[in-house]
Amino acid sequence: MSAIFFLIGCSVFIALIFLVAFFWANKTGQHDDTYTPSVRILFEDEVQEETETLPKES
Amino acid sequence: MIVSNTTQCYHCGDAVSHTVFEADGHRFCCLGCQSVYRILSSSNMQQYYRYNRHPGKKKSEVSTRYEYLDEATLTDKLIDFRNDEITIATFYIPSIHCSSCVWLLEHLYKLNPAIVVSRSDFLKKQVNITFKHTELTLRGLVELLVDIGYEPKITLQDVIKEGQKFSQKGLIAKIAVAGFCFGNSMMLSFPEYFGMGTFEAHYAKIFGWMNLGFSLPVLLYSGRDYFRSAWQSLRHKTLNLDVPLALGIAVLFARTAWEVLSVSGPGFADTLCGLVFFLLVGRWIQQRTYHHLSFERDYRSYFPVAVTRLSEDGPKPVPLADIQVGDRLLIRNNEIVPADAILLNGQAAVDFSFVTGESEPVQKVLGEIIYAGGRQTGEAIELEVVKAVSQSYLTRLWNNEAFKPHELNFRTFSNTVSRYFTVVLLGVAFAAMVFWVFAGDTARAWGAFTAVLIIACPCALALSSPFTLSAALSIFDKNRFYIKNTAAIEQLAAIDCIVFDKTGTISSPVASRMRFEGNLLTDELALVVAACKNSNHPLSRELVKWAAPNVSGSVPVNQYCEVAGRGIEAVVANRSVRVGNAAFTGVPSGGGTGSRVYVSIDDEVKGCFLAEQPWRENLHVVLGELAAGCHLHLISGDNDKEKALLRGIFPPQADLLFNQLPVEKMEYIQSLQAQSHRVCMLGDGLNDAGALKQANLGIAVSDDINNFSPGCDAILDGRSFVKLPRFLRFAKDAVKIIHLSFGISLTYNLVGLSFAVNGTMSPLFAAVLMPLSTVTIIGFTTVATHLYATKNQLIKRQ
Repeated sequence: MSAIFFLIGCSVFIALIFLVAFFWANKTGQHDDTYTPSVRILFEDEVQEETETLPKES
Repeated sequence: MIVSNTTQCYHCGDAVSHTVFEADGHRFCCLGCQSVYRILSSSNMQQYYRYNRHPGKKKSEVSTRYEYLDEATLTDKLIDFRNDEITIATFYIPSIHCSSCVWLLEHLYKLNPAIVVSRSDFLKKQVNITFKHTELTLRGLVELLVDIGYEPKITLQDVIKEGQKFSQKGLIAKIAVAGFCFGNSMMLSFPEYFGMGTFEAHYAKIFGWMNLGFSLPVLLYSGRDYFRSAWQSLRHKTLNLDVPLALGIAVLFARTAWEVLSVSGPGFADTLCGLVFFLLVGRWIQQRTYHHLSFERDYRSYFPVAVTRLSEDGPKPVPLADIQVGDRLLIRNNEIVPADAILLNGQAAVDFSFVTGESEPVQKVLGEIIYAGGRQTGEAIELEVVKAVSQSYLTRLWNNEAFKPHELNFRTFSNTVSRYFTVVLLGVAFAAMVFWVFAGDTARAWGAFTAVLIIACPCALALSSPFTLSAALSIFDKNRFYIKNTAAIEQLAAIDCIVFDKTGTISSPVASRMRFEGNLLTDELALVVAACKNSNHPLSRELVKWAAPNVSGSVPVNQYCEVAGRGIEAVVANRSVRVGNAAFTGVPSGGGTGSRVYVSIDDEVKGCFLAEQPWRENLHVVLGELAAGCHLHLISGDNDKEKALLRGIFPPQADLLFNQLPVEKMEYIQSLQAQSHRVCMLGDGLNDAGALKQANLGIAVSDDINNFSPGCDAILDGRSFVKLPRFLRFAKDAVKIIHLSFGISLTYNLVGLSFAVNGTMSPLFAAVLMPLSTVTIIGFTTVATHLYATKNQLIKRQ
């Protein structure tokens, strides 16, 4: 009996986590540019480390 | 890579036959390309050429001066952030076009160590650069970008636009919430639909409460805009489509709350969440944004950011807004006159082609007024400002308050329908209620009333327009016709009158036809070509392109000198060659039509090259097809020397007008509208700006969409001009699809209503019917739009 309540609670909680994760991604601008990263990933790394620690675009 | 005896420029890919520009075994078409290669290879950045073949773009021949970037007052507006050490700035760079560009712009730190990091956004064509301003000034940075062929576009309007960036984030968050609630309430509703045993019945109560809980954020947060819009519409005493939608949402919630609280049924929470979710998705799809295009450009993005003012301490760049009456300005070759001014010094030959449509540069004498917007060609001139920038003739025209009174009057199909729809809907709902009240079944009366409002909620109807039109938008987009918004497509379909501008609209400014008048031997032509190859002037390039196939072998150039705005002077194979305007080559007077390039060899005038703008490809075919459904007009700012020729191209019933001032163009459109025509204006320049705004649909024709184009509803790439009749037909087809899908959604509504008026609608029925009709509409509009696009040859048959 109570197992069902527990499971429903879990499912809603997990869904909430995803919702919050989506909000966070949306807020930090992760959906702003959906194209350039696909180009960027194909570049050969040389001293690429420097470019990774950049300040966030405002 | 090698095609017969010609190769391609290693940098930009243009054909190269004979060239003096070589480096590391690579050949280049011009000095510009070679110098970019040199810069990159000296910093060990040849990788740029590895990602794409010929990734470069030819540098523009107009060199801009960037002294004004040293002025702190101006640069403050341009940068995003600054502290003691670093500065962050974002630039819009139109020439970003391939992965090599992204690579190069993100590896700027290799070129100059003062650049900390740079990150580009390919679709927006922007690059965000963080640099140490103690080591590199903003001006230095911009000049570095220019040197490698990525000239940022810095205009006043972009500066201003920074603050008002349009964001969809709010809408996306609402969709996320609605989707979350939709999924969860669906899960909780399934047990009810599949039938619960009696021993599970006590779950129903809890599930009902949870469903009610999930529908609350949907009602209060996600669906908020529908109530707001419906309320506003009612206050304006109109009925838009949001009224029945808001009504449907409200009734859905009320009935769900009632059923859950009174434990009389499961409610419609999943239908409510699904409805709002689908509606918001439709709204999201409708808001298409073009990151790299702007439809709202005005004079501010055409005028320079700063202009050189002459004061006691010498020339100094000042922002445009600080220019006052009485200031003395220095305007160099190729710079734009920013305000109405009197000529004080120098020889003014002002090119007003973009302002008035007149193709010849206008010579001005000392003391004459030069109107703002002209481009000086030739030597630097001194001017005294007589009117502030915002008061100048051109600017005033632009700011005309009379613009666009019709926009409020235009009704999209869904707005027209919604008025009747809402009335009929409420009528049916009340009729059903009254019927059951008289039949003595009050419980059923309430059930029927709410069921009608729920089932007839025009969800599918509200979605048919956005889905059809956004599919159509993307098809137009693929054909290089960029439309501002979905409503503009419906406007396009309603057009019955088309007005053309001449220069740059029906004639093509990129391709030009050359011919030679006079006597020139083949070996003499070779001398001219050799001299012109060194020049970046567009006419020199045209000349070389036209003449190069007739010339074999290369001739050494001994001396070369270019006088801006006048011509070039060179010693080729020990003969003196002068190529340029009439005065420069010693010809008494110019005269005649078109752009002329005179040639003299050893001080003997040989004749002149005539560059004429040809009509766009298949112009008469396009006009013939358009004339079948529309009235055609031509209004040109130019003189009527080509009237006879155009008479032959335009269909006989078309009206042709010449020598039209910008204001007259606008008034002409107004007079057409007064005869209740729905007018489409096609234009390209500032002189058409008023007419483009006034017209029901203003289309700016542009051969480089990243370049300046005046404010408009749509931008048409010059290469797609031939497709114009097809675009028009397709817009009409799109409206037809909306009508058809309206019919489909109405059928669903009628089926639903027949159950609803009986008061026998189950939640399961609503939960199935609503998504079913939505999916049908989305599927139908997508397929139909593609079928019609194929029919109109706007997409290739698979």
